[in-house]
Amino acid sequence: MCGIVGLFLKNEDLQPELGRLTSLMVHEMVDRGPDSAGFAVYETPGEMTKISCLSLTEKTDWKALSDDLQKVIEAPVEVQVIEDHAILYTTGDGAVARNRIIEIAADVTVLSVGHAIELFKGIGDPDAIADRFGLSQRTGRHAIAHTRMATESAVVIAGSHPFSTGADTCLVHNGSLSNHNRLRENLRRQGESFQTENDSEVAAGYLAWRMRQGDTLEAAIEQALQDLDGFYTLAIGTRDGFAVVRDPIACKPAIIAETQDWVAMSSEYRAIARLPGVSHANIWEPEPATVYAWSHAA
Amino acid sequence: MTPDPSVAADFDLEHCTVRELNGALHQALSGGFRVLNPGGAHALACGLDAPLEVHIDGHAGYYCAGMNKSANVTVTGNAGTGCAENIMSGEVRVQGDVSQSLAATGHGGLVVVEGSASARAGISMKGVDIVVGGDVGHMSAFMAQAGRLLVLGQAGPDLGDSIYEAQLYVRGKVASLGADCEEKPMEAEHTAIVAELLERARLDADAASFRRYGSARKLYHFSVDNMDAY
Repeated sequence: MCGIVGLFLKNEDLQPELGRLTSLMVHEMVDRGPDSAGFAVYETPGEMTKISCLSLTEKTDWKALSDDLQKVIEAPVEVQVIEDHAILYTTGDGAVARNRIIEIAADVTVLSVGHAIELFKGIGDPDAIADRFGLSQRTGRHAIAHTRMATESAVVIAGSHPFSTGADTCLVHNGSLSNHNRLRENLRRQGESFQTENDSEVAAGYLAWRMRQGDTLEAAIEQALQDLDGFYTLAIGTRDGFAVVRDPIACKPAIIAETQDWVAMSSEYRAIARLPGVSHANIWEPEPATVYAWSHAA
Repeated sequence: MTPDPSVAADFDLEHCTVRELNGALHQALSGGFRVLNPGGAHALACGLDAPLEVHIDGHAGYYCAGMNKSANVTVTGNAGTGCAENIMSGEVRVQGDVSQSLAATGHGGLVVVEGSASARAGISMKGVDIVVGGDVGHMSAFMAQAGRLLVLGQAGPDLGDSIYEAQLYVRGKVASLGADCEEKPMEAEHTAIVAELLERARLDADAASFRRYGSARKLYHFSVDNMDAY
């Protein structure tokens, strides 16, 4: 069991409330996933590339790391340290920076890269994690979050969701995949790199690989329905919105609610129950093997 | 929804716990109760064992009105997974939609969903009557043993898979039938059963417009031709 939530704001006036509303949703999902949590918040894409990093030792020398990066990507890098996380801001090439960090800093996991996304994760009480990273004060256009009850791999921070699937894209997963070992091997042969033994990271890597082959997000998800074997409800955050898909026999729960101000998805209705105007929401259970997507770009 | 005039007590879940609500309902021998601000909480009005009238004003979570006996429970919104699971008697009515496994293993009573039910509605039903005003999802009436399932809308794939002796009536399209489920002729007695269920469910439809499905009885009956396999 795990809990997943996503909130997509249609009404710009609600953007200052994004973090607060997301933290209310996360709170309701704590008993579905009390061992770890994470969230991705998407702000309006800016000029700077943001690289969300996690220090596995909490002793990372962020200053030394950013000095090295500035030389490699030939652009200034600013660092904002938040607990064991750091957000690196740069006008340089984010993909090159990511590869450099992975190459030289064994104690750092790169959580996400993009112009909109910031990603945070931890182990322990999801409410405490949300507090630690100031979720309720965060602003933005959409967010996805996860509360984890580990079944397929250990309770370690590397197993916390969301998992990045490429620039400004990440995924949260409720369920378990049966064919993740074979898929991981196949994807490694295709050049994907994995940082954990977690099954959900394989789903993220799969989508990243398909999109690198030229698939749109929707096409990549349609193909995932053929190739992922197991139980899953996935919420996938993108630069401009989010998508939701359930496995073909709908083993894992999901509910979607929409008003003129927002779209929310969650494992259960109670996570949606506190959102403003919910009494007028159109509420439905997403069909199995059907891709639902919302975008600010449309 | 106008409050039931017979309401004896309100339980506002902003101010009390589900445990307090269910505790009070288990103590009561009769009367009306209204549940306010349910907020999708789980296990609301579970295990009732007396002729109570319970109105839940809003959306309920998992296992709402589970194991119901004698009581009438109404949900004005939606209900989550396992609504009215293992119902023994009484009536559970949901005015919105319900999630998966509606009335799973239900032994008796009546379950009415005015909206739609998702996957596995009536799974392993054992005598309950289920009436769904909208559609039902895939694998509905899976391994259904007894009782009636009446669907005014459509049924998803694999209706009645591995069915025993339950009777299924569907007005709309059936995406596909599951293993050992087949269409059967609608005789006058079946039209009468549909009319009776519609009346009890207080839903309006032409009883003659339904089609009937049930067990082909090839899967669970021992056939002497298979003796060598044992």
